[in-house]
Amino acid sequence: MSDARNQARAVLEGPDIHRALTRIAHEILERTKGAEKVVLLGIPTRGATLAFRIAERISQFEGVKVPVGTIDITMYRDDLRLRPARPLGRTDLPAEGVDGRTVVLVDDVLFSGRTVRAALDALNDVGRPRAVQLATLVDRGHRELPIRADYVGKNLPTSKSEKVKVYLQEIDGRDAVLLIKGDDRPGAGETNGER
Amino acid sequence: MKRHLISAGDLTRDDALLVLDTAEELARVSERSIKKLPTLRGRTVVNLFYEDSTRTRISFEAAAKRLSADVINFSAKGSSVSKGESLKDTALTLEAMGADAVVIRHAASGAPHRLANWVRGSVVNAGDGTHEHPTQALLDAFSMRRRMGRIEGLKVAIVGDVLHSRVARSNVLLLQALGAEVTLVAPPTLLPVAVDTWPCQVSYDLDAVLPKSDVVMMLRVQLERMNAAYFPSAREYSRRYGLDRERFARLHDDAIVMHPGPMNRGMEISAEVADSPRSTIVEQVANGVTVRMAVLYLLLSGSEPAIGGDL
Repeated sequence: MSDARNQARAVLEGPDIHRALTRIAHEILERTKGAEKVVLLGIPTRGATLAFRIAERISQFEGVKVPVGTIDITMYRDDLRLRPARPLGRTDLPAEGVDGRTVVLVDDVLFSGRTVRAALDALNDVGRPRAVQLATLVDRGHRELPIRADYVGKNLPTSKSEKVKVYLQEIDGRDAVLLIKGDDRPGAGETNGER
Repeated sequence: MKRHLISAGDLTRDDALLVLDTAEELARVSERSIKKLPTLRGRTVVNLFYEDSTRTRISFEAAAKRLSADVINFSAKGSSVSKGESLKDTALTLEAMGADAVVIRHAASGAPHRLANWVRGSVVNAGDGTHEHPTQALLDAFSMRRRMGRIEGLKVAIVGDVLHSRVARSNVLLLQALGAEVTLVAPPTLLPVAVDTWPCQVSYDLDAVLPKSDVVMMLRVQLERMNAAYFPSAREYSRRYGLDRERFARLHDDAIVMHPGPMNRGMEISAEVADSPRSTIVEQVANGVTVRMAVLYLLLSGSEPAIGGDL
């Protein structure tokens, strides 16, 4: 795709995202033996949308209804003091709760791992899952914490100065993952990606 | 830079909506078994109360603690204020202790504004004299929005001792910014001199206003601030401006009754009305914690406050 800014390159288009999510749904079913006692929790905004899409696929494939919800991590971030206070996202836990279940956290981009760390803290305050797994549409590398994903839509090697932007139909009117060339000045682009 | 919350007028419509939306999300925290968030860890909030208060002080304390801030409670009784220490010296002491926010209640209108000149942290007005009480207005707006589903276009009657009420002034400013139509109802002796400059209607006749109102907010008759005869007798006040069963029956079916507390039962509001399911008085207290959490979060969590006004 030639974006208006020719700096941006689509690395995943609608059908690619569709296939990646289908595969993730199958992998979750396989790894969790039919998604028994699984809860999907999406991290707002786009992780939440992805969680609902994955849940929908799981119910199509095996007819099981997986509880799905959202967990906002804003109050648990480690970089709150670096920027003005930000609006909160929605936390909506399924009625079943998370106690004793396998929680699959869903996010759009895995980058430094700090969002996931915050999500683990947030999860700790709402219950005690039996296990926590992580699904992400794009893993762009550059981890700053010992965190890895269990289910990855696409591994995308990036430079730190690049931005990864995920567009989803429900929010942005189209499905795509764009890789945007950043400038290479030191420090530029450090807050992009998942943050 | 936006830093303080001294007047409800400091809040733009967008600021106010941000507080209400943030509070809506935070309300869910109050429903969990662990009612605590780590967000303000390491920040210090000082509650500086020169005037008696139950609700507001406890509410601010609970809000700060739920966000993991350190809370220092200061009340004028039992402090060096009784030895004659001035507000400025107290402020400098707090400053030396590194307060990130000072929540102040004071009998003198304008005290929070003075304080804001002396401390580096954010100042939150928790009621100053007969001037303002912005977090009360925010929690009233929040309670209204939760019950009625909206604020824009609501017809709100604020009834009673407007003259001595900081709640009334803050509510008029905030509700007007949020698009409600406010009518103040009071005897002429209990209206402030410049009320005609406020962005609201004024009436002396409660019975004419009630049937048209969606929300009726009863104000406490502040006997402790009354140094003159503002009305002939408590009984006559209650007859003309009290919300009793007969008047309550004249409200339309969806209308709600609010009161900022503490109530004089039998004076401005009858016990029966106060305890009815259409009264939000108990909810208002619970919502107070949530709304104050939102205010502290938005003022203190980031590199700079997201709401509020400058001096």
